[in-house]
Amino acid sequence: MLTRRRLLVLGAAGFAYVGGIRLALASAPTDNRVVVVVLRGAMDGLAAVPPYGDKDYASQRGNLAFDEPGKTDGCLDLDGHFGLNPALAPLMPLWQSGELAVLHAAATPYRARSHFDGQDMLETGGAAHALADGWLNRAIGEMPDDGRSLALSVGPSVPLILRGSAEVGSWSPEQVLPAASQDLLDRLADLYRDDPLFSKALADGLQAQQVSDEVMGASGGAVKSLKRADYLPAAAKGVGELLADPRGPRVAVLEAFGWDTHQGQGLMTGRLPTALKSLADSLAALKQSMQPVWARTTVVVATEFGRTVAPNGTNGTDHGTGTAAFVLGGNVEGKRVIADWPGLSSDRLYQGRDLAPTTDLRMVFKAVCQRPLGLDEMTVENKIFPDSRAAPAMSDLLRA
Amino acid sequence: MTTPGIEAFIAVNRFGLGARPGELGEAAGDPRGWLKSQLAGPAPLPAALAGLPTSETVARELRKPKGAGPAGRRPPAFDLERSADPTAGATQQQPALVQRLAQEGRDLYKKEAAARSFAQVQSQDPLRERLVAFWSNHFTVSIQRPIVIGLAGPFEREAIRPHVTGRFLDMLLAVTRHPAMLLYLDNARSTGPDSRVGQRRNLGLNENLARELLELHTLGVDGGYTQADVTSFAKILTGWSIAGPREADFGAFQFRRAMHEPGEKILLGERFEEGDEQEGLDALTMLARHPSTARHIARQFAQHFIADDPPPTALARFEGVFRDTDGDLGALAEAAIDAPEAWADPLAKVKSPNELVVSTMRAIGLEGDDEAKAKGVLGALKGLGQLPFDAPSPAGWPDKAEAWIGASGVLERADFAAAVAARVGGRIAPDQLIADTIAPVVRKSLTHAVARAASAQDAFALVLASPEFQRR
Repeated sequence: MLTRRRLLVLGAAGFAYVGGIRLALASAPTDNRVVVVVLRGAMDGLAAVPPYGDKDYASQRGNLAFDEPGKTDGCLDLDGHFGLNPALAPLMPLWQSGELAVLHAAATPYRARSHFDGQDMLETGGAAHALADGWLNRAIGEMPDDGRSLALSVGPSVPLILRGSAEVGSWSPEQVLPAASQDLLDRLADLYRDDPLFSKALADGLQAQQVSDEVMGASGGAVKSLKRADYLPAAAKGVGELLADPRGPRVAVLEAFGWDTHQGQGLMTGRLPTALKSLADSLAALKQSMQPVWARTTVVVATEFGRTVAPNGTNGTDHGTGTAAFVLGGNVEGKRVIADWPGLSSDRLYQGRDLAPTTDLRMVFKAVCQRPLGLDEMTVENKIFPDSRAAPAMSDLLRA
Repeated sequence: MTTPGIEAFIAVNRFGLGARPGELGEAAGDPRGWLKSQLAGPAPLPAALAGLPTSETVARELRKPKGAGPAGRRPPAFDLERSADPTAGATQQQPALVQRLAQEGRDLYKKEAAARSFAQVQSQDPLRERLVAFWSNHFTVSIQRPIVIGLAGPFEREAIRPHVTGRFLDMLLAVTRHPAMLLYLDNARSTGPDSRVGQRRNLGLNENLARELLELHTLGVDGGYTQADVTSFAKILTGWSIAGPREADFGAFQFRRAMHEPGEKILLGERFEEGDEQEGLDALTMLARHPSTARHIARQFAQHFIADDPPPTALARFEGVFRDTDGDLGALAEAAIDAPEAWADPLAKVKSPNELVVSTMRAIGLEGDDEAKAKGVLGALKGLGQLPFDAPSPAGWPDKAEAWIGASGVLERADFAAAVAARVGGRIAPDQLIADTIAPVVRKSLTHAVARAASAQDAFALVLASPEFQRR
């Protein structure tokens, strides 16, 4: 009896406002847990983490500027200089308990403003289209193989950050079609023998199916359909349950869409606060479901680049450069905003329009590779993030 | 009749949409001629698309107030322009409108999506339908932005379909002026800061359309433009908008001089004197004829018709044809048919989910377009992750195997094969299915597996899930 993909039957309602998500899990021989959340579409870091203490913030941001904490349209306070978007309030307990670190004025080395090339660099760790596989896949491939092989993902394809030679599976959020019989799948395995693409995908899929059956059991929480806004929190909860199980995977990637706020971005309400609230609820749900392993958990939330400092002409923002990122989990030395703050006066902006990037996001990714994933420095420098010596791993960010 | 060979297989799969019963035989005598005949002459609208609304009808219908409002007050009409984002502040006071958009737009969309699929399933000119899908994907308008939910279908009919064997420039102009694109990429409200409206109200530039026109639609991301070019082009395009609900042609393209940024602009080193709407027309003309555009289009075309990583010989040839014919898309399609590289490997490409579902329905000779069939086809497309007009971003659906064949993608394809086999597997013999579709390329391993299968239904599913059927 197949129970494949009954564990997380999450509907991507085609008509809601917040973008849908996909998710993929990778196996990894460690007890540490790593989750990377890729925000596709360029999250506005100045809205997520407003630098309300910067003297130029209010004038440069115009009608997208928050007031000081405590006032009408005020942000939440982090450290007297940086604040938090009110929609991210569910993250405040993590901040208070020292489990949330914020990076600001951060970016990959990518300096043009194409979503697609920007995401390529974020996920491959190299210049656009220079590397074909994802840095997280390469990192997993370098870990000692203890025989554990767990692989699940949501959606028809694996996100680029997890693509590569190391085994990674995926599963689908919805069981729209009834599952094919095991007999048919066995015969297909035979039939695909001469087709490497299909045979590898099927082998990964069969393995994923077995793992999901083992971890979630036949009664795995099946949900027929969800509104798009409910999708990310529910997916995060399910991922957390899988990661928390000792038999489950160690590494997972979530994708969240809907950050490309050219229009109707909003301050207290609008597209961006809606997306941020969904993200914060999801991260809170992730923590909740990962409680047994939370102390060994690192979650990185990153986007391809930021958005213009000034609002554009349609109550939104256009593609920019520097932005914010979040690192959270029981493994994180948190309660701090890590930033070499460039300031927001016009002469300090990148190309006169964007938050200048002063922190290389690869420093965080490299810390993840070295600490929770346990790779040595040489491997990370040579194989995971080649040509990144100028951006050393952020050594004091993570505990283990 | 010639026995269908590998070239017939390539003609109906690589270039067509998969064989309907008998189609391999039709293509067998002269596969290239069979394809070229589809490009010639007038192309009437496919029957499945007859009677669907124009974009102006969609706008007009949504503009009509519905239901009885409070005495003396008209209930609010749908405001296409102000609702450019339904979650934005402007419409938050109008939840009824947002609800209406969601409901009526959703119904419209379902009709459009089903009709589009049936047009593909039933087409006698499958190459033409493939070209429509290709160019529609190149100029993606996706219902992921809810504002275009009712307009994505009309967009394809009005801006893409008439031009698939015409001039690239004509398609580019039709696309850029279409209300669906102006709304999808936010240009409808983009305002010159120094324009009359910009000076009076708190409105300004939105560079979304300008950037994607350069990056995705014309030059390509490495096509040699800078941020300054994006900004300039956005200024050039200010005023390219749509008529509002109180204007005569509500929902139609309208150039709004009051929003247009005045003054000279420089794009790619070319000077554009102040010229209102003409600036945009001139800029698009220049972009359509730019060498980078020829290179970019050639690559995408070769990737679609030859291989995920197409050979440089074909790229150079396609680029030359595009350039030398001033972007004649019919000539480009003929160049693809004439490219020896396209006839080298019959299974070089993996079918996208849309191609898989459509070719499967063609293989079983699906007729009719009733609601149950529509539900089945759309359910399959949803299950496999590629509903029509629902691409994840302005870049459109991926055109590479690795994007579709993952652990769960391949299982879903098996599910789909099993589901179809359960419905029709008893009606068509597996050997007949093979003869109708993949006979020229079928391998011994498949015929053996079919012979050994426990039931005709299982054998049917094996054929549909086989690499021979999953590739094109």
